[in-house]
Amino acid sequence: MNGPHDLGGQHGLGPVAPEPNEPYFHGDWEKRALGVTLSCGAFGAWTIDESRHARENIPPATYLSASYYEIWIRALETLLQRHGFVSREELAAGRMLEKGAAPKRILKADMVPAVLAKGGPCDRPVEAAPHFAVGACVRTRNFNPTTHTRLPRYARGKVGVVETVQGSFVFPDDNAHGKGESPQWVYTVVFDGGEIWGEGAAPGLTVSIDAWESYLEPV
Amino acid sequence: MSHDHDHDDHHHHDNHFSPMEARVRALETILTEKGLIDPAAIDVIVETYETKIGPRNGARVVAKAWAEPDFADWLKRDATAAIASLGYTGRQGEHMRAVFNDGETHNLVVCTLCSCYPWSVLGLPPVWYKAPAYRSRAVIDPRGVLAKFGVTLPETQKIRVWDSTAELRYLVVPQRPEGTEGLDQEALADLVTRDAMIGTGQALAPEARS
Repeated sequence: MNGPHDLGGQHGLGPVAPEPNEPYFHGDWEKRALGVTLSCGAFGAWTIDESRHARENIPPATYLSASYYEIWIRALETLLQRHGFVSREELAAGRMLEKGAAPKRILKADMVPAVLAKGGPCDRPVEAAPHFAVGACVRTRNFNPTTHTRLPRYARGKVGVVETVQGSFVFPDDNAHGKGESPQWVYTVVFDGGEIWGEGAAPGLTVSIDAWESYLEPV
Repeated sequence: MSHDHDHDDHHHHDNHFSPMEARVRALETILTEKGLIDPAAIDVIVETYETKIGPRNGARVVAKAWAEPDFADWLKRDATAAIASLGYTGRQGEHMRAVFNDGETHNLVVCTLCSCYPWSVLGLPPVWYKAPAYRSRAVIDPRGVLAKFGVTLPETQKIRVWDSTAELRYLVVPQRPEGTEGLDQEALADLVTRDAMIGTGQALAPEARS
């Protein structure tokens, strides 16, 4: 979707502001936000792609003024309601009012080290050989789905070169919407800065994206 | 190790945070009452990213690559396995790629669409990495971004920006500074900053080592 998250190349979003000796967390609530988000992810009720899409669906004015942990929490509330774990009334009341859905798994303290060390690999085998070879010239598709995609707007309809065939991975455009993992080959595609930004592009700039095969067409 | 909801003794430096503090507490309360989350698990998660998984991991990877050409080759070919050999695996580091700076090209990593970041080697991302300003500018004006970090590259040096649009997570291997021939790997790791491994910095000169 052409949501507020798709930020590459936008102007006017303020100065980049690195904070000297930045702490890991700015306030206790950020710690709890991290932990609650990871704990609920462990339910196994939604995928990382669905959670990203929930974040993208936050209204633009809210998204752009929120800190990233706030974005996480707003999206988490959406996911918890969608999957029946928490109701709107409970969020308003700040306490349990009904039992709600039961998750596949509840993350207990003693499980945390193993769960974090394992992560969630999303490489998957595909039977077909990669359609594009290293060095192939490709054009990214120009599309504007209202659903989830990982092809940023700035890189649509652009000609680039396949630099690496990275393997085959879960296709987020389907997986975010419960349509299955539909794995595809993923390629690192490199573009000249001028192809993307045109006149005035920074000299000597190249930009790469990691693109699923169905984002690409032969040139 | 229980979480005490009444120990919020620090003052807020931004009013914006107060509603969020209340919102997150409410959510944690509901989920705990339902038995869906274990507050002690949250404590372990936080402790892990405060004390165990951080940029020192990545710095050790870079130092080893500087010191051992065979390891550098492995890191180029199969970063996930090479990094796992040091014990750094898991969440947001499942599929690693290492990209090497050289005299010709400087590498810079961004996630324009969200906040993808190699947690297993760098820990949690800094606020600026997740903020709209960096995500919007890195791909169109990388030299302007680098200037904010005090980095000025030679005019002739190319810049490659890696937008982390899939599940590959990128670790930049900065160039090894001059005058570091006598240093062991732990001393070399002291020169490798988090920003150098994102591409918004360079490795420190040995005299800067504290």
